[in-house]
Amino acid sequence: MSIMKRISLIFRSKANKALDRAEDPRETLDYSYQRQLDLLSKVRRGVADVATSRKRVELQVVQLEQQSAKLQDQAEKAIQMGREDLAREALTRKSGLNGQITELKAQHAQLQGEEEKLTLAQQRLQAKVEAFRTRKETIKATYTAAEAQTRINEAMSGIGEEMGDVGMAIQRAEDKTAQMQARAGAIDELIASGALDDASAINAGDDITRELEAMSSQADVELELARLKGTAIPAAQQPEAIEAPEPGEILAEEPAKQEAASDATKDA
Amino acid sequence: MIVRILGEGQFDVAEHALDRLNELDATLEAAVEAGDEAAFAGALAALLDGVRTAGVAHPLDSLDDSDLILPPSDATLDQVRQMLTEDGLIPG
Repeated sequence: MSIMKRISLIFRSKANKALDRAEDPRETLDYSYQRQLDLLSKVRRGVADVATSRKRVELQVVQLEQQSAKLQDQAEKAIQMGREDLAREALTRKSGLNGQITELKAQHAQLQGEEEKLTLAQQRLQAKVEAFRTRKETIKATYTAAEAQTRINEAMSGIGEEMGDVGMAIQRAEDKTAQMQARAGAIDELIASGALDDASAINAGDDITRELEAMSSQADVELELARLKGTAIPAAQQPEAIEAPEPGEILAEEPAKQEAASDATKDA
Repeated sequence: MIVRILGEGQFDVAEHALDRLNELDATLEAAVEAGDEAAFAGALAALLDGVRTAGVAHPLDSLDDSDLILPPSDATLDQVRQMLTEDGLIPG
């Protein structure tokens, strides 16, 4: 049998099994309607959850882009001071960040897609639930229990199919969002730890440095380093012009720490 | 004939379009049997596009059963295999 037919049969039999049956078939209508309303609020919550995740990812992209710009700035200043080791560290971190940003943007697009799909699913279900409610009232008013059975079956199986479909859509959106939330949590922790934004804090944790190096593209770092060294040569001839570093910048670090930093990166 | 694409809704498809859809369905089935991911993705996209092109949206407020039900556009081969077993299809 064809794929289309097999899936249709299995889907329909599962959807029918999922429906509640009451002794008086007219009560079945009320049970089912209640479940439809429950599902509607579930899909509304689903839309809200996905939107929350999407906004979180948007915020992270903004934060990481700011940090990336800051690291670029730090690398330029480090080169001007002749500190290639610090510039390399900053660029390594920046390259790692850029990888994260690309991934986050892909996730953002995916979440946006899920949000749109769920919103449409909600509209479809809403229309069907409304139609079911009208049909339910008509059936209850017009028919005896015995007469109602056929009409109830028709209405029930039509709505059951939609409910099965929407149930799956919610499930899929939840699965996708859960994966992304685990990742987003890890990125929030990295941002909170400050490990991503300060290239002078090399000794803060070697495991973090190693992780950042693993994420970065070494080729990108070398390329950009060479480019910076090229552009920085004229500036390096007048070091007095950049002698007043701002607080928190790598240049503000005391020489002893920079020495240690230099040793730490020599092997990298 | 009413065809549902899961995650997208129902379409009214004219009978004369069914031959073409059955061909696409056979291609999809072969890809699933063979476990060929690339062929599967192409065949599923072609089949769903065929339904969207040949069909028009069925009224949202109808309570009609679909005659045929198709996997969602982002379904993987494994997910479709799961749909073909008793356990996989409807959560809960």
